[in-house]
Formats: sequence, C-alpha cells, structure tokens
Amino acid sequence: MNKMILTEAKLFLREPGGPIFAILLPLALLLGLGSIPGFQTADPALGGQRVIDTQLPGMMVLLSVVTMALTALPGTLVAYRESGVLRRMSTTPVRPVRLLVAQVVNNVAVAVVATVLLIGLGNLVLGVAVPRSLLAFAGVFLLGSASMFGLGLLIAAVAPSAKAAPGIGSLLMFPLLFMAGMWVPREFLPDLAQRIGDFLPMAPFAQALRDTWAGHAPQPLHLAVMAATVLVTGVLSARLFRWE
Amino acid sequence: MKVIEVSNLRKRYRDHLAVDDVSFTVEEGEIFGVLGPNGAGKTTTVECVAGLRTPDSGTVKVLGGLSGTELKERLGVQLQSSAMPAKIKVWEALDLYASFYRTPADQGALMERVGLAGKRDTPYGKLSGGQQQRLSIALALIGGPRVAILDELTTGLDPQARRDTWELIEQVRADGVTIVLVTHFMEEAERLCDRLAVIDSGRVVAVDSPSGLISRAGGQQRVRFRPSGTFDDAVLGALPEVTGVRRDGGQVEVTGTGDLLLAVTAAVAAAGAVPADLRVEQATLDDAFLALTGKKISA
Repeated sequence: MNKMILTEAKLFLREPGGPIFAILLPLALLLGLGSIPGFQTADPALGGQRVIDTQLPGMMVLLSVVTMALTALPGTLVAYRESGVLRRMSTTPVRPVRLLVAQVVNNVAVAVVATVLLIGLGNLVLGVAVPRSLLAFAGVFLLGSASMFGLGLLIAAVAPSAKAAPGIGSLLMFPLLFMAGMWVPREFLPDLAQRIGDFLPMAPFAQALRDTWAGHAPQPLHLAVMAATVLVTGVLSARLFRWE
Repeated sequence: MKVIEVSNLRKRYRDHLAVDDVSFTVEEGEIFGVLGPNGAGKTTTVECVAGLRTPDSGTVKVLGGLSGTELKERLGVQLQSSAMPAKIKVWEALDLYASFYRTPADQGALMERVGLAGKRDTPYGKLSGGQQQRLSIALALIGGPRVAILDELTTGLDPQARRDTWELIEQVRADGVTIVLVTHFMEEAERLCDRLAVIDSGRVVAVDSPSGLISRAGGQQRVRFRPSGTFDDAVLGALPEVTGVRRDGGQVEVTGTGDLLLAVTAAVAAAGAVPADLRVEQATLDDAFLALTGKKISA
C-alpha cells in the first residue's frame, strides 16, 4: 500500500498543475484580498469580525479542499478507468480500490499543505490569528474533507468520461461555494438561503471552519450534515463505482 | 496436464449472447490460440477464465480449480486496451506491480527479457506502441505466473514490432509459461499457436492445430505455371493428385492435394515441356477459417 501511495505521489508531482493551482490560488487570494484595507477593519455585520479574521481564510481553506476533491480527484480517477489502469489492476491479486485510497490520500495531502500554508502565511503576513481551537479545527477539517472527497468519489463513479468529470465537479462546486459564502459572506445572504445552505454539503463545512477558527464550537447541525454527506456519498459511490 | 478446462461456458450481456456454450482445454506448456473475428466473444471467454467475469453457466477450471487471489497469483493477464499512467517510468511500473505478488519475478531479468532494459527510466507515455506492449507483457509476467493470457497483443503494431513480440512470446513459452493468445490475426495464430480454438458468434467452431485446421478445410493446393511448349491437359488430369486443370491464356492452373508440385512438374517434363514461372499456393488459415465459418476474418 505504501508503494502505491508513493508511486501515485510521484506521478502527482510530475503533473503538478492541479496541486499548484489548489495551493497557490487560495494563497494568492488570501494575501491579495487580505491586504485590501476594507477587509482589515471590523465589520458589525460580521459580528464585529474583520473579513480577514475567519471569512477569507476559511473560504480559502474550503477552496483548496474542494478544488482537489471535486475536480482533481474525479478527473484522475475517471481517466484511470477510461485508459484501463483500474482494469489492469483488477487482474492482479491487489484490488483496484487501493488505488482509490492512494489517490484520496495524495489529494488530501495537498489540501493539508495548502491549509498549513494559508494559516502560517496568513499569520505571518497579515497577522491573521491561528485557529483558536486547533484540535477542533483539525477535526472539522477532516470531517469536512471526508464529505467533499466523498462527493468527489461519487462524481468519479457517475461521470461518463474523463473530459466530463471536472466539468461536473465545477458545475456542482460553484453553486455550493456560493451558498457556503465564497463570494458574499453567509451573513449577507438572505435568511432562507442561509437556511438552505445549512443542509447542503458545503456551507456547513465552511461555517464550521470559521466557527472553530474563531474559537467557537461548531454547530451540531453542521457536524451532522457533514457526517451524513460522508455516509451517503460513501455508500452511493461504493455502489455506483465502475472499474471499467 | 491440463492447465485450463472450460466447459459449456455461457455469458449473456443485456441484449446479446456473447459466449454460447464454449468448451476447450489448454495443456501445460502450449501456446493456445483463441482465434475469431472482432465481437466473436474471445475477450469475454478469456475474461471468464481469468476470473474477471462470472459466467452465467458452465465451468472454468484453472490450474486444478484456483479462484480469487490464489488464481491471480498464478495467472498473468494482459488485457486489451489497458494503458498505464503516462508519467510512470518503466521501472516504477514493474516495481509497483511486483509489490502486488507474493513471489514476484526478478525485475531486472524481466526488463532484459522484454527488451526494455535500456528504457528503464522512460515514462510509459514516451514509449512506442511496441514498447508499451512489451511492458504490458512484462506486467503480466511480473508475478511469475504459470499461465499467461495475452489479449490482442499485436493489434496496432507495425510488422517489425509484431515479429519482435512474437519472438518474445516464444521465449516466454520456452521458459515454461503456458500461453493463451487471443488474436484475430491469421498469420500470428499460424506462426505461434500449437493449437487453436476458432470462435465465431460466441461458439467454438473447431479446435485443432493450425495445420490440422488447414487440412480440414480441404488442404487444397494450387500450382500455376507457364509451359514452354505444348502438351495435352489430359496428362495432368490423369494424375491421382490432381483434382482440376484450368488454362487461362498462356497460364496453366492445377489444383489438387498431396505431393502436387512434384507430380505436376514430372508429368509436364515427361510430356516434353518445361514449366516456367512456377508458383505454388498452399491453403492458408484464412481459407480454413472461411471454410469453417463461411466468413472472411477482417484484419
């Protein structure tokens, strides 16, 4: 298993477009937008927070996770199915599901690197506080990432072609990101939109990241929605995944 | 010893019967061909043998009845159109696949064997078609299998790469690996296979050696020549080997069996003429296939 993860990691680094995008874009956005003076002043509408306190860094963590989970992972897996990589592996004593695991591990690793850089450079350059309850933040990060990668696996399961997979990912990603507050903080969305967002897979993740960043406990509803997403996408992708 | 026994295999896909009552056995150490046109059910048949598909009915017994992981440890499979990631290097692919087996073959020796030792650090995507197929064969052999199934190995290769691949397969067999070769190339089947199952529309039409199949198809030969001088066709017609004589302009065409060439040249010489531009055409596996199935295989 270690050899498979290592091999996939090497392949990953030889085609660094995806990972670089998932790391550099959120980082550039954080540092770029974060230096706008308006985002550095307390806003009563955000409960007295500054945009750079939790809204902006939380969104950027989310962006790096969903980039890997919803576009990079399904693209690779569907290409592996299309070109017969999974089929060839199914002729060996090792089950091809291990390749899926290796892929998820590598994609999560990129999101972790991105998150560490966002927290570290955000702190050093912009003075953004490190998440107050680091353990709770890490827990939310893992649960939320599991739900996003579950969604990614589901896309890989149903996408008809390697060309279509990232497209389906983006199609799903943008409305969900909107509900999660990527372009307009959730606080500024109408109540109904906020309420609906609570029950969609991405907004609870975003909100829980921001909550734990600020040192608050995440809302139980948000944790429940994330856990349910993991469960549903996990079961569905296990059922629907085609190896050839 | 029989290493593969397939009896009454049947497999239906949604709308068509892909394999319809297929039976054959493969002996240890032979190169066994599964020959048929595209869509005849060859791949489905070997996928059932490899344990990748479950037959609707019938039995498959490989190496005395292995199944699951045990089967996959002992059976190497090279499937049609299964690529590798473009950026994986030759040695990495072999190293990774070696880690899947309990007792893998020596990677260095295998690389030498398939002629990729010089391409150790070349990524899969940069290999030629022939080299990719060689790596594919190496991956099927990395587990040190007793039986290897190779599906449409030389499709899309240029003639030289195809001959090199054939040579490689003969060497692998010499190492003691039993080989099941799926192909729709007559020349390949005739050159490599000890025995062949001819499959058409999901059914086994015949199982025999290539020469056995050809003689079953009538074993007719054709001798053509341009005689210098005149002679009576009856001289040829009277020969027991000859079944027909035809003149086409200045050319004589004699069909028949047995030692046709010797009989014809001797008779023509005795009649006082010399056969010039002499040519012999043997029946080929193509003719046999046509006789057995009523179809021409499309290459």
